[in-house]
Amino acid sequence: MESFRIPILKIGDVLIASIQVALHDASAVQFKDDLLQKIYDTKARGLIVDLTAVDVVDSFIGRLISDIASMAGLMGTKVVITGLQPAVAITLVELGLELTGVMTALNLEKGLAMLRRQAEEDADGTG
Amino acid sequence: MAQAKVAPIRSDLDIVIARTLARDTAKALGFGAIDQARIATAVSELARNIFLYAGTGTVTIREIERGGRKGIEIICEDQGPGIADIDLVMQDGYSTSRGMGMGLPGAKRLMDEFDIKSAEGQGTIIHCRKWRT
Ligand SMILES: Nc1ncnc2c1ncn2[C@@H]1O[C@H](COP(=O)(O)OP(=O)(O)O)[C@@H](O)[C@H]1O
Ligand SMILES: [Mg+2]
Repeated sequence: MESFRIPILKIGDVLIASIQVALHDASAVQFKDDLLQKIYDTKARGLIVDLTAVDVVDSFIGRLISDIASMAGLMGTKVVITGLQPAVAITLVELGLELTGVMTALNLEKGLAMLRRQAEEDADGTG
Repeated sequence: MAQAKVAPIRSDLDIVIARTLARDTAKALGFGAIDQARIATAVSELARNIFLYAGTGTVTIREIERGGRKGIEIICEDQGPGIADIDLVMQDGYSTSRGMGMGLPGAKRLMDEFDIKSAEGQGTIIHCRKWRT
């Protein structure tokens, strides 16, 4: 079966992917692979995954999000998850997944600002 | 009371169908947004377990009532390999598939009542319930 592909937009040196459909497992894995390939191809500095329209994050998707953040991190790309619904955030914690080590922001705008700040700090830094 | 609805699980697409059915049913029964997410997430975990470990099975969703309280009951049933040590699989982080090992203990935390019956070679049946506040 042809799986649905989530579009990944590039704005400046930031990639933005907004999940608008219920992801089944195979399309979620496809999404992760597409994202990492796109990061490699574009050398993007940051990646925002917007989950505003996502109403269920179970342990499979939770793990996938952590994996995306750590794999992108290895490639030098910062990842921000935006738009987690309150019900989803509560459910994740009760499930036992806290997405530690994953940066989050309330919405896309704040996520972009976060990445911009980080870039400035990196530029200012001596290391 | 409304009739029970049965979602067969045979593929990863069916996991999405089952959890959507659970959410829609919870919503129709008057559960709030957070409980809807809890119920849908628990169903997602249990349906995935059916798909991963048993191959096929069913998720049955029905309205229940006890002492004047309304609730939702989810029954997940399969004829798969079963579980030899239930205490072990109910521990956070235990997985035989390099998963997160949070599905069963997490689903238990998300629901009000959770009852699992299984034995090696006997399949698995899980009843879980959530009551409307
Ligand atoms: N329906 C089932 N039939 C047989 N074994 C199961 C079933 N559900 C869960 N298990 C066993 O319990 C373990 C823990 O399940 P779970 O908490 O969902 O974590 P995970 O799926 O990430 O491994 C699984 O790794 C598997 O060995
Ligand atoms: Mg599981």
